[in-house]
Amino acid sequence: MTVDLAMTNRFLERAEAKGLVDVAVSTMDSPVGTLLLMATPRGLVRIAFDYENRDEVLGEVATRLSPRILDAPRRLDAVRRQLDRYFAGTLRDFNVPIDWSLTGDFARKVLRRTARIPYGSVESYADVAVGVGTPRGYRAVGNALGSNPIPVVVPCHRVVRTGGAIGGYGGGLPRKRWLLALEKG
Amino acid sequence: MSTVKATALPPFQFVFEKHANAVLTFLNGAVGVSEAEDCFQETMLSALRAYPRLGDGSNLRGWLLTIARRKAIDAHRARARRPSPVADPDPGAVVDTHAEPDDGLWDQVRGLPSKQRKAVVLRFAGDKSYPEIAAVMSTTQDSARQSVHEGLKKLRRELR
Repeated sequence: MTVDLAMTNRFLERAEAKGLVDVAVSTMDSPVGTLLLMATPRGLVRIAFDYENRDEVLGEVATRLSPRILDAPRRLDAVRRQLDRYFAGTLRDFNVPIDWSLTGDFARKVLRRTARIPYGSVESYADVAVGVGTPRGYRAVGNALGSNPIPVVVPCHRVVRTGGAIGGYGGGLPRKRWLLALEKG
Repeated sequence: MSTVKATALPPFQFVFEKHANAVLTFLNGAVGVSEAEDCFQETMLSALRAYPRLGDGSNLRGWLLTIARRKAIDAHRARARRPSPVADPDPGAVVDTHAEPDDGLWDQVRGLPSKQRKAVVLRFAGDKSYPEIAAVMSTTQDSARQSVHEGLKKLRRELR
């Protein structure tokens, strides 16, 4: 006896309607690979590139936030639409609520600051370190950017080395190059 | 989100993917195909609601089947309270060509005493091992085995 797709969807819809989904999960195709998207009722909480293992990402979020994690694509519709337009080059600024619960205080400060770097421009790790009030902490800034739980939407790819070298990227340098090239138009 | 705290429970999505079929199979046997989906939905919603407070995630299948069993009992009670609007139809008058070949047998199973019925359904519709049956029914393995044995003996007598 098997549970079919219609039955599964009815369950997911009722669970969402009753407010029982603490973390909604969905995926989307993109030019930088399949993206795993996760949102709490507060906002977008996690984006994972496909080099990360889906089961591990879900398991980690279950442990850190709540195990009531379910596929609930509708909650992520707005995010998915904006990402589609971003990848098509027609959207420059994301306007989605962010849930920062997966980041510590310092990382949050760094990432909020990073989110203000305009589309198409870059800043150095040292610039960001000065911006968050720790001019000598550019290494800690690098770590905070490397742990960005919401890449692309929080544009840590816009931070490069002083002098213009590309620096590092949690999602791998080819993705960083692709995103920077997209924004140069 | 109401509570944000660390827990080792797996994402409910995985629990659903892994055990949904077993829950539905159990309910098909326990309440019949026509009521199984309602009971299934209620079982899964109750489970999801209670999930973050579940202390021990080591027997999630047994936990889900325990909830399913309670929903099945509720469904039986609700059915018993419903008045039947007309006299029972003459079973010979309607030939249901879509009936599952097992229907007669499952009707007999539904007529078994409660303990035997649950044990037989868990064993043969839920495909559970005796340790699992014992866990779901909060009893010993010997007693679970005994209930299945007695149930089968009764069925054999009735079907003869």
